[in-house]
Amino acid sequence: MTVELTDRRHLAASKRRASVGKVFRYLAAACGCAVPIVTAGIVIELARHSRLAAKAFGLRFLTSTDWDPVAGRFGALSSIYGTAVSTLIALILAVPTSLVIALFLVELCPKRLSGFFGTAIELLAAIPSIIYGMWGLFVFAPFMADHIQPFLGKYLGFTPLFQGPPMGIGMLTAGIILALMILPFVSSVMRDVLRMVPAVMKESAYGLGATTWEVTKDISIRYGLAGMVGAIFLGLGRAVGETMAVTFVIGNDHSLASSLFASGNTIASTLANEFTEASEPLYLSALVELGLVLFLVSAVFQAVAQLWLRYASGKVGRT
Amino acid sequence: MRRRSIAGRKIANALVTAVAGSAAVSGLLVLLWILFVVAQKGLAALDWAFFTRLPAPPGEGGGGLANAVVGTLIITALATAAGVPIGVLAGTYLAEFSRDGRLAGAIRFCANILMGAPSIVVGVFVYTIMVVPVGHFSGLAGSAALAVIMLPVVTRTTEDMLRLVPNSLRESALALGAPEHKMIFQITIRAAKGGLLTGIMLSVARVSGETAPLLFTTLNSPYWSVDPTKPMANLTVTIFNYAMSPYADWQAKAWGASLLITAAVLILNLTARLLARERGARR
Repeated sequence: MTVELTDRRHLAASKRRASVGKVFRYLAAACGCAVPIVTAGIVIELARHSRLAAKAFGLRFLTSTDWDPVAGRFGALSSIYGTAVSTLIALILAVPTSLVIALFLVELCPKRLSGFFGTAIELLAAIPSIIYGMWGLFVFAPFMADHIQPFLGKYLGFTPLFQGPPMGIGMLTAGIILALMILPFVSSVMRDVLRMVPAVMKESAYGLGATTWEVTKDISIRYGLAGMVGAIFLGLGRAVGETMAVTFVIGNDHSLASSLFASGNTIASTLANEFTEASEPLYLSALVELGLVLFLVSAVFQAVAQLWLRYASGKVGRT
Repeated sequence: MRRRSIAGRKIANALVTAVAGSAAVSGLLVLLWILFVVAQKGLAALDWAFFTRLPAPPGEGGGGLANAVVGTLIITALATAAGVPIGVLAGTYLAEFSRDGRLAGAIRFCANILMGAPSIVVGVFVYTIMVVPVGHFSGLAGSAALAVIMLPVVTRTTEDMLRLVPNSLRESALALGAPEHKMIFQITIRAAKGGLLTGIMLSVARVSGETAPLLFTTLNSPYWSVDPTKPMANLTVTIFNYAMSPYADWQAKAWGASLLITAAVLILNLTARLLARERGARR
């Protein structure tokens, strides 16, 4: 009798536990599903709210430079152009610099200093972009106008890229600030890639009498090349969507200018400046469509970076 | 291979060392320049009134940003309350229940896409689902946007941290008859506690300085605002608005707010790192 009772109690308890376990399992699965649901939600919602603009302008939206809220004509080309140019400037400046910084941290600098520099760079990656924007607007833009732009205009002014009055703000300044912003991030990813190079490989090269630079160039960089390309793609994704730092210094002008001194805009800066002002449904819809374009572009970069890194990690050590 | 003199190779080596060293130092110097400017201009603007008074009308001078400080704290706390539990559970699902399933693959892929999504796009998304239906901006919408930004970060960190827990621990718990959920809560999560805390702190630090997703979800407010269903004052949007204004006093306030945000983010980061290092030393 008593035996049966405890048995039954045990059974009830273990059943209850099993159901708690099941509930927990489903809850965790539901939370896991939140991630793809939000991702799909972004695409669906942005597409739904940009229908008006998509219907009105079609594919011309991407190729037209019109941006006239009063007449209700919208085209994204100047924003897309500005995004591409500022990102390109940032990559041209940031990739080589972050490569040498990573090399310095891993191969050249003494161990103790390396830890200090590494932490400093990671902390700088954490500084919010609006701080870079403040510094860019109040400190760096005047510096550009007084020193760097007159210098570039004097010696490179014959090219169309460096013409016009040195106003401080503009495409070039925005590109440089972007470069500074992605520099810590890209360097720390590249440093991690270089650290993965097996010591045995480097030691054998040293053993053959190679100098540090030769080991770096012929062993480390070759071994880590694929990972570095992945790091560049990640940096690219960041630069494309960066908003606040750019909005402060790019000048926010919807015109296409060949000079890098001229004001311009990017998709993100247009959204930041105009979204709360847009009262017409068509205007708002055009802005949401800009957001959709930006999301799709950054999603493609992310996906390519992921696939590339997966492909590369399967290949490491065999080349 | 080409033959080169030892002297030439040594010179090349020294040259590269010099270039790399100076690039690293100058990169660091520029970044220190930024911090220095923020500290210098920010300290000049911070006083007791900054933390206790409401904003003064433009051009009048004085006043403070007490409402924005409180607003940022509330928005970040709400975002953490929503983003962290969902993210931790999602990461637990990936690490404990479905390591190699097709769903897990999709979740991981989407988490990476979402992590790379520009924060301003997240702002637009939340605007369409939380501001358009109710017809006005709100602190809650801003928190939701920040939570969306936190979600993938917390998910991936949780998964990584739980995966570091050795399987033998799980097996011993299960062998003693512990049900799966007890094993997860009392063994795995407890073993990974330090790493989880570090990850969560870093993600809070990341969103607390975000501006773009708040611009058209929370907006801003010059008044005392603690009701999260209404537009709320917050530090980052205030920095943006004040910096773009022509009033010197507002611009000074923007520097003060910048210093506050920067200090908070750096302190959170350093604490998280110290925690992580301490754990590493104890092991």
